[in-house]
Amino acid sequence: MPTSKISRETILSAIRNNLPQRQLEHPRIPGFQRPAGPLKPVFEQRLQEAGAAAHDVGSVAEAEAKLVALHPGAKVICSAVPEIAGTRRVETVHDPHELADVDVGVVRAQFGVAEGGAVWLTQEDLVVDALAFLSQHLIVLLDPSEIVPDMHAAYRRVRLNETAYGCFMMGPSATADVEATLVHGAQGARSLNVFFLPLRSA
Amino acid sequence: MATQTEATRQGTSPENMRIGLFIPCYIDLIYPEVGVATLELLERFGLDVGYPLNQTCCGQPMSNSGDEVNAAAAERLFIENFKGYDCIVGPAGSCVKQVRCHFDSLEQTDDVKHVRQHTYELVEFLHDILKVDSFPWAEFQHSVALHNSCSSIRGLGIAKPSEIMGIPFNKTVDLLSKVKGLVLVPVDRPDDCCGFGGTFCVTDEAVSARMGLEKAHDHVRHGAEYVVSPDMSCLMHQQGVARRAGLDLKYIHVAQVLNGGPF
Amino acid sequence: MSNAKRVDPAAAAELFIIRDQVHEPMHDRFLWATMQRRDKEAAAIPEWEELREIASKIKEHTLTHLDHYLEEFEANATKRGAHVHWALDAAEHNDVVHSILQDHGVKKLIKSKSMLQEECGMTPYLEHRGIKVIESDLGERIQQLDGQPPSHIVFPAIHKTRQDVAQVFARTIGTDPHNDDPHFLTEAMRNNARPRFLVAGAGMTGCNFATAETGTFTVCTNEGNADIGASVPPLHIASIGIEKLIPRVEDMGVFLRLLSRSAVGTPLTQYSSHFTGPRKGGELHIVLVDNGRSRRLGMPDFWHSLKCIRCGACMNTCPVYRRSGGLAYGATYSGPIGVILDPTFDEFKYSELPFHSTLCGSCSEVCPVKIDISDQILKWRRVMAKKGYLPLAKRLSFAVAGHVFGHPEEYHVIEKAAEPALDYAPHFLVYNRSLNPWARDRELPQLTKQTFREWYLANRSKHANVQNQS
Repeated sequence: MPTSKISRETILSAIRNNLPQRQLEHPRIPGFQRPAGPLKPVFEQRLQEAGAAAHDVGSVAEAEAKLVALHPGAKVICSAVPEIAGTRRVETVHDPHELADVDVGVVRAQFGVAEGGAVWLTQEDLVVDALAFLSQHLIVLLDPSEIVPDMHAAYRRVRLNETAYGCFMMGPSATADVEATLVHGAQGARSLNVFFLPLRSA
Repeated sequence: MATQTEATRQGTSPENMRIGLFIPCYIDLIYPEVGVATLELLERFGLDVGYPLNQTCCGQPMSNSGDEVNAAAAERLFIENFKGYDCIVGPAGSCVKQVRCHFDSLEQTDDVKHVRQHTYELVEFLHDILKVDSFPWAEFQHSVALHNSCSSIRGLGIAKPSEIMGIPFNKTVDLLSKVKGLVLVPVDRPDDCCGFGGTFCVTDEAVSARMGLEKAHDHVRHGAEYVVSPDMSCLMHQQGVARRAGLDLKYIHVAQVLNGGPF
Repeated sequence: MSNAKRVDPAAAAELFIIRDQVHEPMHDRFLWATMQRRDKEAAAIPEWEELREIASKIKEHTLTHLDHYLEEFEANATKRGAHVHWALDAAEHNDVVHSILQDHGVKKLIKSKSMLQEECGMTPYLEHRGIKVIESDLGERIQQLDGQPPSHIVFPAIHKTRQDVAQVFARTIGTDPHNDDPHFLTEAMRNNARPRFLVAGAGMTGCNFATAETGTFTVCTNEGNADIGASVPPLHIASIGIEKLIPRVEDMGVFLRLLSRSAVGTPLTQYSSHFTGPRKGGELHIVLVDNGRSRRLGMPDFWHSLKCIRCGACMNTCPVYRRSGGLAYGATYSGPIGVILDPTFDEFKYSELPFHSTLCGSCSEVCPVKIDISDQILKWRRVMAKKGYLPLAKRLSFAVAGHVFGHPEEYHVIEKAAEPALDYAPHFLVYNRSLNPWARDRELPQLTKQTFREWYLANRSKHANVQNQS
């Protein structure tokens, strides 16, 4: 038997020998009351607090114009969405290292979470996971009707058994490791802009 | 016997209760005026207060150091001294917490259970049992910073700690707000520990003194003349630090304020 | 047990305090501000206390069925294509990781923050075997470059000023020693780390939660460094302590709402990443590590410490930790949680840690999974006392004091003999006059000539309980 298998049996039997006497039940997670009202303004507020920004864009053309306005110097725009062409299609990327030079990554999130201003991105949305992290800046398209109130609702929505990677992303990369001073762009994206663009515009 | 006593106790209204006055050892030795104020205050409400002369210490210094063996004798004596009273009242949150929460090494007899369940810190006794609504004899024309001790807040629940969410309450504030002339000043860190911590204050002297000094500066910064607490042990430490640092603050027990002295 | 030297946190904390007038006040101020942000965020959630209770119960349920959930997690992760390994202790964890790296010919490793890998001493182990290990979390990298362990489980370099960091970077990565702007320093590290991510043969992460239902593990960071490490190199290895298990996806909602609010006062970390099997084109190895956890599960007084989700809130709220700096604890885990975890690794070495606390109780109240930290600290003191690990001076004097306090006649003799009580009081406080640390930074209490008992006998003697007269 390989060492790891022996260790597996040793650990499991040690656990069984040491289990606390009381076998406690799993508690029920109740449905918590939510304040009434539209979720979009809450989402936008939280998004801002997380260091990101949201923009209402009426059309694909407006979205493209906004992208240029936000990132005028961008040379490599790698897109994972059909609406925005970009300068490079993520589908053509075979190795994540090829994304090292990306200035702006464009992706679409399946839904947003009002509670923190987070968006849910999976491997299927990103095509190459590293697009969300090697890109200097991120543009995230989001259908404004796809916002859930809180993390409980969010976890009812995710399908972890269907994707190898999924991320609740709440704004750009951040750190407070030097004198507890908040700085954005530690390792991941320096900025994150959400474009409210309904799916039907595609 | 015990059952019968218990039954009698259940139906006892506060005026008919026999109260055991618990004066912790350091108050006996260093702050006798706090003991006097507590006794006089309880007597003002017409209570029958007895003071068992054989009391020494609740065992806390040993118990808090993990030394249950050496704490046991003091704890047993405490039970012997107070088991005959309906209620035991002490002007010291940390000592009351020791009795209520940490008399674990003793066999849990009916007497031990009774004493543990019926030992009250002065503020909670006045607030919850006597439900006092005025202190007409008390007047205190000073600005006061309140220091509710950690034992009183987190051990006995006389105020909501800042870490716990929910509706704020503060029994000491409720009582002090009934004293004519007294102005409570807000402080930056009302329930951050002052660093006394029993033997901690000497085994961890540098950290303890730093915490005490910051506490005193917080009080001075907000214009307090007096620091008032239900726990004289915290104040003994804070006072020592403040005096060494030359800070002009006076430290008294809440019983002295509510009783109108002695100061 | 151990030949290791006993850690003296009080002495180390004193050095932190007397070092200058800058470090300790700054450390205290930052962590206090973090606590205030936490309080504000928690107050905005009406069900906060209910969430804590639920989280605690989920963890207790999981821990009392841990064998079951580990097997479920393993089965589901394996089904999704992850390689699952088991490690009994730190040595086996390091060996398993080393073997995987060797099999893949990896010489350069980029890792994100993992207290478990820290606990296992993994980095020195691998570096000794010719593998270059780079920390990618900014705080961890600062500490790695300075040759120090992390001082806080969330803010590894929180005990350093910006000038300290500027000096470390100037010395190690060649930045301008006079530029101590946090933005500049962060940018410098971003530019230094990026090429290292691109050349690394493997990325390593820790794990915040492992979900049995799906075989998923979740990693929470603010920098996104764990995600780069997991998404760029072809090989991802995750170290997971066996206590990280939770049963269901639904449970995650409870923990994610609590974690970052408790840790830093934000609703979530910037990135909460869920790994279920290897990414497209990648390979994923999971190492499930015991290292004393199954033994702790069998300790009735202490198994609740396994509920810990490593948020660091107990450290931020701890008045002693804030004045001590994390390095004073001389252990992987510092602050209140460290005080109750570290002795499970070495009782003698960490026997002083439970005394480095005022027992104020704030840690228990702030803990998002309601670990009775403060009570456990007291229980550890009892363990240390029973083992004879109380400092000798304290033990001897307690024997005397304990006897005196149990015998009122002797107590009253001492009480009367104290003339004035001034002579007795410091002894009574200190239990050891030769040290007398009370008076170093404090004036002695002003004492009166008459004790309360004497006053009572003089003023109320007719009321005195006759049977209690001594």
